[in-house]
Amino acid sequence: MKLDARIPAGPLEKKWDLHRFEMKLVNPANKRKHTVIVVGSGLAGASAAASLGELGYRVRCFCFQDSPRRAHSIAAQGGINAAKNYQNDGDSVDRLFYDTIKGGDFRAREANVYRLAQVSVNIIDQCVAQGVPFAREYGGLLSNRSFGGAQVSRTFYARGQTGQQLLLGAYQALERQVAAGTVAMFPRTEMLDLVVVDGQARGIITRDLVSGKVETQLADAVVLATGGYGNVFYLSTNAKGCNVTATFRAWKRGAAFGNPCYTQIHPTCIPVSGDYQSKLTLMSESLRNDGRVWVPKASRDSRAPGEIPESERDYYLERKYPSFGNLSPRDIASRAAKEVCDEGRGVGETGLGVYLDFADAIRRLGEATIRERYGNLFEMYERITGENPYRVPMRIFPAAHYTMGGLWVDYNLMSTIPGLFVLGEANFSDHGANRLGASALMQGLADGYFIIPYTLGDYLATSRPAPVDPAHAEVRATEDAVRQRVTRLLGGDGKRTVDDFHRALGKIMWEHCGMERNADGLRRALREIPALRQEFTSDVRVVGTGEELNQSLEKAGRVADFLEFAELMCRDALHREESCGGHFRVEHQTPDGEAQRDDERFAYVAAWEYAGEGREPVLHKEKLVFENVHLATRSYK
Amino acid sequence: MNLTLKIWRQSGPSSTGRFETYDAPGVSPDMSFLEMLDVVNERLERGGQAPIAFDHDCREGICGACSMMINGIPHGPARATTTCQLHMRRFRDGDTITIEPFRARAFPVLRDLIVDRSALDRIIEVGGYVSVATGNAPDANAMPIPKTSVDRAMDAAQCIGCGACVAACPNGSAMLFTAAKVTHLGLLPQGQPERSRRVVAMVDRMDLEAFGGCTNFGECHEACPKEIPLSTIARLNHDFLKASVLAS
Repeated sequence: MKLDARIPAGPLEKKWDLHRFEMKLVNPANKRKHTVIVVGSGLAGASAAASLGELGYRVRCFCFQDSPRRAHSIAAQGGINAAKNYQNDGDSVDRLFYDTIKGGDFRAREANVYRLAQVSVNIIDQCVAQGVPFAREYGGLLSNRSFGGAQVSRTFYARGQTGQQLLLGAYQALERQVAAGTVAMFPRTEMLDLVVVDGQARGIITRDLVSGKVETQLADAVVLATGGYGNVFYLSTNAKGCNVTATFRAWKRGAAFGNPCYTQIHPTCIPVSGDYQSKLTLMSESLRNDGRVWVPKASRDSRAPGEIPESERDYYLERKYPSFGNLSPRDIASRAAKEVCDEGRGVGETGLGVYLDFADAIRRLGEATIRERYGNLFEMYERITGENPYRVPMRIFPAAHYTMGGLWVDYNLMSTIPGLFVLGEANFSDHGANRLGASALMQGLADGYFIIPYTLGDYLATSRPAPVDPAHAEVRATEDAVRQRVTRLLGGDGKRTVDDFHRALGKIMWEHCGMERNADGLRRALREIPALRQEFTSDVRVVGTGEELNQSLEKAGRVADFLEFAELMCRDALHREESCGGHFRVEHQTPDGEAQRDDERFAYVAAWEYAGEGREPVLHKEKLVFENVHLATRSYK
Repeated sequence: MNLTLKIWRQSGPSSTGRFETYDAPGVSPDMSFLEMLDVVNERLERGGQAPIAFDHDCREGICGACSMMINGIPHGPARATTTCQLHMRRFRDGDTITIEPFRARAFPVLRDLIVDRSALDRIIEVGGYVSVATGNAPDANAMPIPKTSVDRAMDAAQCIGCGACVAACPNGSAMLFTAAKVTHLGLLPQGQPERSRRVVAMVDRMDLEAFGGCTNFGECHEACPKEIPLSTIARLNHDFLKASVLAS
């Protein structure tokens, strides 16, 4: 396998323009002769499917939910970044580029990130034109707020439901294409494998989640926009259905997996309350604009928060990172929370929590203003915890949230399998080792609206894929493999449920491959995971058949893939003997406990190639070349 | 808490359904309603019985997947709360809880508590959008929009498409769902060019999809987890009448 990032020549700010001119076009009359599969209908998938449909391609779009509108992008709360500089506060494409590269701890590709910053402004224009009701000032112009890792206000938002409004915009554009006949939508349909013929991605194998029917879908190219793998931790802020299956199966068919160990732990989630807990709920980062994070100075201080005087509180983010304070980036804020809890200063029954306090903001701005800014988030908090955050501070704790790692892609967002494109959270490309808040929505829509429509055309125009025979041996073999996997999962008479295994896996991963990692722990995880997988094979109980709506079977397939994929994550985390962004190796830290990068040895993307059953995956390195930014120690002090 | 659950079981779209009774002992008041069902399901699975099928995904009240009648009320007794955000502290030890799928002619049952709500997508398909292909947009601040208009548009745009309004309506009407989209886009300048066409097309589609007509019971608003205002229906009627008169 050879990694060629295909970064266009020319100065950074000209690369995308030059490349757009150099790429080949598909004649409008020929577009309708090409079938393109899009898997996933979140921000990246829906925007890609809609835009490709508008261009005239025949698009077939698949999602496992009952409607494309329910993809998990819908749950993004806080906002979307764009270098509009509407606030006249010094923002620019260059600054957004630099903030994103630095926020990612210098582990992302310069050219991709610069392009992202460039098209960010077009995204806001497009969404407003669709009728996305972004927040506005009384003068009628768009309002902005700040997010972690930035000193400018460049985040556009629609109350606490920005992801919902952006996704509905893309979903509506998608439905318009469904009506126009350019997009065929397949809800409640899950991709279970990738079809590769003569080295090119030519289709997918799907299972109809209502009838259980396994089918082959063939096309000229396949676009995966299937999100991240945060549910490997079992407890995460992801939706219950989020899974790694599509990207993991593509990996097994030859697509390199980039930086699987880069995961983001979000600092502001509602703490766990019991063993039955099925997911963790995020409280938007935007809350840190007005909320102050603190814990008692003394350990095991069991007084109610209101009884602890100012002088006995430690506003640790403001103390440790005075220039960014409560708006320090996510990886830093999460680790700082873990640190104070490890010192025994955590709050709440479990001691795994810190306060996010709005008392000062309410005094300064009044309760009405706070209600207007965060009302729905406060209500959600109260519904879940039974506590009123206008009166008592919120309790928050970090939780697995986002995965920066994903399938390796070149500048055109194409994986190492020609014809397989990967968008949004499913690829590895733009966030390096840590993603800044409000940048996931930006990337998903950039990929779908403004990048894939160009790069996919270039691929089709230059590779001219010939028709595939549905009876081709590779096609049949892939479909048979899927049927066999489904059959293997069923029929056991084990004793343990799928969720039971998923929880066990999550525990291993959170313990050894979570907020902090070390070599011993990772080695232990690499022993424990195969053992758990063995038990899964012999002792899992999946009731029912494959020819019906069977949610246990769906879960079993996803967990089986997580059980294999987790090993790849640990392997990657073990090999990367440095700390960077969300990947914190305890052995590699500065004297004051910050991440210590090793640019000499690790300024590269780790792209793992599948080498066959029972074989160790092969590591390939894409060296990261920084021509425009100076590799600095990331400081928010 | 110890609870008794009466749950609708139906193995497929064309099979006959029935209520089954289950014990749910040792329920914690901090559990969400779906976490309570998870515990029941894991016990069923360990015993080799088919778990209760229900739609769910984000479990934070925004995806709109969860969809069940709890004691005859869509999403249960808590106001402005989806099933996934309903917590067991809302119930009392010893309660019997009846759980059914959303009932409406336009929502056929697929299995147990899962219904087919794709008719709602087809209502959006005929006009619930602004026709603006990617790349056509002017600068986002080129057109100022009064804050009050955007705020009211946002009140309507918050709809999560769960279908509780349909399930609550004695007529099985999708009026609140449709009105929410008509209002969201109708309040914004971007939505004006297609305003008349949109409302007529969406109402026609609603009729075609076996949804009932609206007779202003207002049950939809009571059941709506996002509290979509009833005034959106007045707006829809206004726009529909205007569009029909203009057309004739």
